[in-house]
Amino acid sequence: MRCKRCRATPVAILLPRHHTALCAGCFDQYVIGQVERAIQDYRMFRKDEAVLIAVSGGKDSLALWDLLHRLGYQAAGLHVQQGIGGYSEISEMKTRAFADARQLPLTVYALANEYGGGVPEIAETARRSACSACGTLKRYAFNKIARELGVHVVATGHNLDDEAARLLGNLLHWQTDYLAKQSPALPAWESKLARKVKPLYRLAEREIAAYAVLRKIDYMIDECPMSHDAKSLQYKGVLNQLEQQSPGTKQFFYLEFLRRQPLAPPASAAEAALRECAQCGEPTTSELCGHCRLVAPMAGVRPLPGPFIQLHQEP
Amino acid sequence: MPPLMIIKCHHPARDVTMKGPCRVRALLKELNLLPETVLVIRNDTLITEDELVADEDRIEIRPVISGGAGADAL
Repeated sequence: MRCKRCRATPVAILLPRHHTALCAGCFDQYVIGQVERAIQDYRMFRKDEAVLIAVSGGKDSLALWDLLHRLGYQAAGLHVQQGIGGYSEISEMKTRAFADARQLPLTVYALANEYGGGVPEIAETARRSACSACGTLKRYAFNKIARELGVHVVATGHNLDDEAARLLGNLLHWQTDYLAKQSPALPAWESKLARKVKPLYRLAEREIAAYAVLRKIDYMIDECPMSHDAKSLQYKGVLNQLEQQSPGTKQFFYLEFLRRQPLAPPASAAEAALRECAQCGEPTTSELCGHCRLVAPMAGVRPLPGPFIQLHQEP
Repeated sequence: MPPLMIIKCHHPARDVTMKGPCRVRALLKELNLLPETVLVIRNDTLITEDELVADEDRIEIRPVISGGAGADAL
């Protein structure tokens, strides 16, 4: 088989959803094209604008960092060390190695330094699922540290599979308020909430993994040991079954959802009602933000005594 | 013992041996894996579902699906 674009051999990957097969070089151009289109379509950020990437050490975030660096964007990394034993240690190690090899700026923020424990301890104390607690803590850290660094855009490595799974979950539970938040670009709120963007939303999870392998990015392959029964994985499983039978299903499901929305969706009712948390001052829709409600049961924890990055920024 | 394909799998990490030759597509079917959920790597090179793999090949089947808080972190 030959590359459908340039006729070269060998073919590196089959892309059934596009009815094509590409060599490594043409696949690289395809990935870059999809990311450039995502950034342009949603006016995510400019080349003279700093972008903070939430970097877990997995394939998506490291591939995103690699891509934005290659494309000439000012992309710095923020790694939240979750305190999940060896998994978190290896994730941090791979993130640091990636940044060091390319001399990219990285901030590492350890939950244990702030709260006296990591995700397992915080989730147990709060009687919440680990994934729920982890998501709340990371969102909070991304936004607060971005502001402290003076960066107005936070980018994450969410991909087409992530977004399709999330859309399916929201529809199955008729969480219609969340649908407006499924845009690949969410606006900033005053000076408090950074713009949030997902430049990989047009790329399937498998395509991003293939990009990482072809670029020889050493990423964390192992799955988080606390996410084995996560709902998102169940939804992905169902969607992949459908994709196998009808290639293009995931893409049609999510991209068509976006097409039926305006490119810059108006602020949802929830966003319009944003205000400052009575305890920490961060944006929230209720009196206390989700973070402060989560960490309240942690004995001795006083949320946000000061700026995070004075303690955690790398030299 | 005759030479076999050695297949490195993840989740959990383990080596599986199988008799070749066969197409990657058939190998994945034998292991009950959907092509959309994995990459197949032979000697650091990505190979497609159409490729033939044979005895003495060292193959890695790498999962590509991740989830948990990362999936709705924003």
